[in-house]
Amino acid sequence: MHRNKYGIILPFLAPALILYSLFVIYPYAQAMYVAFTKWKGLRKSPRFVGLDNFEKMLGDDKFWNALSNNLIYLVFLPIITLGFALFMAFMISQKVRFSNFYRVTFFFPQVMSVVAIGILWSFVYHPTIGIFSSLLKAVGIENPPIWLGDPDTALWSIVAVTVWQSAGFFMVIFMAGMLSIPKSLYEAAALDGAGRGSTFFRITFPLLWENTRSSLVFITVIAMDMFGITFTMTQGGPDRSTDVLATLLYEHAFLHSRFGYATSIAMVYFVIVIVLTLLIFRVTRRETIEF
Amino acid sequence: MYQVSRWSAVSTQTVLIGWAVTVIFPMIWMIYSSFKTDQELFFSPWAPPVELQWDNFARAWTKAHVGEYLLNTLIVVVPALLLTLIISAMAAYVLARFEFVGRRFLFYMFLSGMLFPVFLALVPLFNLVNQLKMLNTFHGLILVYIAYSLPFTIFFLTGFFKTLPTEIEESAIMDGANPYQVFFKVMLPMASPGLISMGIFNFLGMWNQYVLPLVLISDESKYMLSQGLAFMLFKQFYENDWSALFAALTIIMVPTLIVYITFQKQIQDGITTGALKG
Repeated sequence: MHRNKYGIILPFLAPALILYSLFVIYPYAQAMYVAFTKWKGLRKSPRFVGLDNFEKMLGDDKFWNALSNNLIYLVFLPIITLGFALFMAFMISQKVRFSNFYRVTFFFPQVMSVVAIGILWSFVYHPTIGIFSSLLKAVGIENPPIWLGDPDTALWSIVAVTVWQSAGFFMVIFMAGMLSIPKSLYEAAALDGAGRGSTFFRITFPLLWENTRSSLVFITVIAMDMFGITFTMTQGGPDRSTDVLATLLYEHAFLHSRFGYATSIAMVYFVIVIVLTLLIFRVTRRETIEF
Repeated sequence: MYQVSRWSAVSTQTVLIGWAVTVIFPMIWMIYSSFKTDQELFFSPWAPPVELQWDNFARAWTKAHVGEYLLNTLIVVVPALLLTLIISAMAAYVLARFEFVGRRFLFYMFLSGMLFPVFLALVPLFNLVNQLKMLNTFHGLILVYIAYSLPFTIFFLTGFFKTLPTEIEESAIMDGANPYQVFFKVMLPMASPGLISMGIFNFLGMWNQYVLPLVLISDESKYMLSQGLAFMLFKQFYENDWSALFAALTIIMVPTLIVYITFQKQIQDGITTGALKG
């Protein structure tokens, strides 16, 4: 069909290949080596040190602290965000009034820049100019904590903002799945006298498997990242209570020029994401239901 | 469908309205607060402005450089977005429609870029861009933006080109069109829905990008919008011009809001089909 096809294949692939190899593949490949080096400052060159960085990590309190904060996000963000998103998606797809208004509104924070969201919420939480604490005072809570300034509440304040930002996005993903479920299944369930709860657990949720899996992978990536929101709201503080692997490795690399150690932390970060993604695919592997 | 009781319809609406208020109110508060004086911000956080302080916006635009950051962002995002779409479409077309040695390998190679978190590449990328003498340059950032948008865009568009019918393409070849004409005059127009989806998806990603400029641009006069906003926030801690920062946030958020409301259908589709296919 195509004459002299190599006349088009090469020139059409070349720009993508060159840019991708240079700026994506090469840095990732180099990272695999840099993680095993000591490299302080751009003027010097990396020196191979084997597993030294990882050994140092084992005894590094800051590393364990950051990792445990990521783990808290990994446990609570999926439960709260996906649970809430699923709940709202189910309610909205039940032909409630104003459902379109809700869908458009709830999704909006997903479009906003994470920096704008971080700043907006650091204002909302602010002890004097903020509205949140004065709202609590108005309903009778005498001494609300200084949300982002208190190591006990800072992390949970960030959890709340992340739920606020992403619940609408996951709701839309679940709704996309719900819309593709044939009406006849619901009609049959209604004839059998099923109520709202059993309709949800027996029909809707089992048929949303694919959407649940994608959502789990996404929220895992979000929970491991958290860089933008943390960096704008708390910079990992107070007292490192909101530090995560991403902010810690950024600090090592670009504040202290510890390039080797920073990259070895990034390596741990990468391995966790990959392992969790594979695990999610494995656990949720089921026969897809065709209808 | 089954009967929904009155009580449960009311409780459903209560939850939904409650969440709608939680989502919208912080933004409304931000907008009306950006017209207040610093005094009013501190002593009556809930109250509307006594008098509209338009000067807050003037200070945000000039003194806090929001205008400059906005221009910088446009200078980077517009070419990066257009080039991403054209370069990805060319590669995707070839990957979708031609048989050649190494086709599958190349496809999976591009695909693998989606697996890696950008944080893993950060240090070597910084070093590379430094060696290329492209730190603190717009063209350096443009090239990096394009490169990191390629994997998903090529993946998505390859799938898209595969779904397009082959007849029109074949008849164009019969009529003696060369491969370039086939691509630019026949295939690209047919692929426009896919290009629009990817355009929206990548635009939002690039417009809101934070980590890459943070690492690659350190010259204040070349900051991107998100970076500039964060920088303003850090400065407020000792400069205390909060009202200008509220105004800056409003300047940035209101256009996003208008664009979103206008194109909300396409934006939601662009993001969610992107997300679900990925």
